[in-house]
Amino acid sequence: MKTVMVMLSAALVAVFAPAAQAQQGDQVAAAAKNTPVTQGQPPAKEQTPVKPVNPFNRLMQDKSTFNPPPPEDGIHDPGNEGTFLLQPPREAFGAFVKSNFGNRVDWVKTLDEGKINPRWDRLDPKAEPDVLDLNIVRVVRGSMPDVLYPHAPHTKWLTCENCHDAIFVPEAGKNQISMAAILMGEKCGVCHGKVAFPVTECRKCHSLKKEAVSKN
Amino acid sequence: MASFLILVMITLGVPMIGKAYAEYADVVINNFSSAEGMRPVVFPHWFHRVRFRCKVCHADLGFKFEAGGNQMRMVNIIEGEYCGACHNGEIAWAPENCDLCHSAKPNLATQVHGSTSQTLVTPVTGQPMEKQERAPKAKVLE
Repeated sequence: MKTVMVMLSAALVAVFAPAAQAQQGDQVAAAAKNTPVTQGQPPAKEQTPVKPVNPFNRLMQDKSTFNPPPPEDGIHDPGNEGTFLLQPPREAFGAFVKSNFGNRVDWVKTLDEGKINPRWDRLDPKAEPDVLDLNIVRVVRGSMPDVLYPHAPHTKWLTCENCHDAIFVPEAGKNQISMAAILMGEKCGVCHGKVAFPVTECRKCHSLKKEAVSKN
Repeated sequence: MASFLILVMITLGVPMIGKAYAEYADVVINNFSSAEGMRPVVFPHWFHRVRFRCKVCHADLGFKFEAGGNQMRMVNIIEGEYCGACHNGEIAWAPENCDLCHSAKPNLATQVHGSTSQTLVTPVTGQPMEKQERAPKAKVLE
């Protein structure tokens, strides 16, 4: 009986290894049900706290781990007193427009809907950006939909000199952009994939449908 | 039996503990800190962009769009350059509050947390990012 149980548990562990933490409670409970508790056994050691697992896909991050307070986020030092004085992100993000990527805030919509009003000038709270409403279409050679680059949401956060001319030459056809360059942190990748929304969100940029190609 | 199971679970659970869930775009700056015996700095982009647009720091104050690319010393900050433009006790806390900025785990490498280059590009040494000195910047040929 015992050998069978060991084999069974080993098989379970092999199959569910990465998800094992979430099921830890269940399996221990099941084990307790099947094996009679022997009197005089030392009490089970206190279990190490583990992060919960996303029920949809165990490889994805669980919602409860989004936006943790600084002492629990893994890069702040919990041994540092100042860490505990810093504002936890969730406290600030309450009313913001949510998204499914990055730090789970849709910053462009949050700004457009007036949930935040970050200063355009360090000292003058009334300074307003010069928003340029100019869309640029980039025809993509591959099978992905073409890219529509809107100046408007960009110029609400940035000024022209941030991108022109060091990153992009302001002239049609003068900028060679590739996904490889973006992934390595060049061109759009200077911000996208670091601070602005990540490059996993293909269709946010590749948003224009291609025209059907006819054979005639 | 139960204790065997618990042991197995704990062993499997260990690699997951200690994984960083910090905010996307949190920057760890460790140009000089560790060498000077200080904790590295954590710069939370989210906190700052709630209050200021990108342009304020990246155009007016001259911060380059590159983690570790801004070689600021405490002297610069105290003189009102870089972070010191606001962190002067008037707009934000003054530089004498060392541990509010120098709050990262000791010896953490310069990085943008959650960035493509951190999550997709395989580190050259095969070591986890936090154990590396500084990942060499990859160059893309035009």
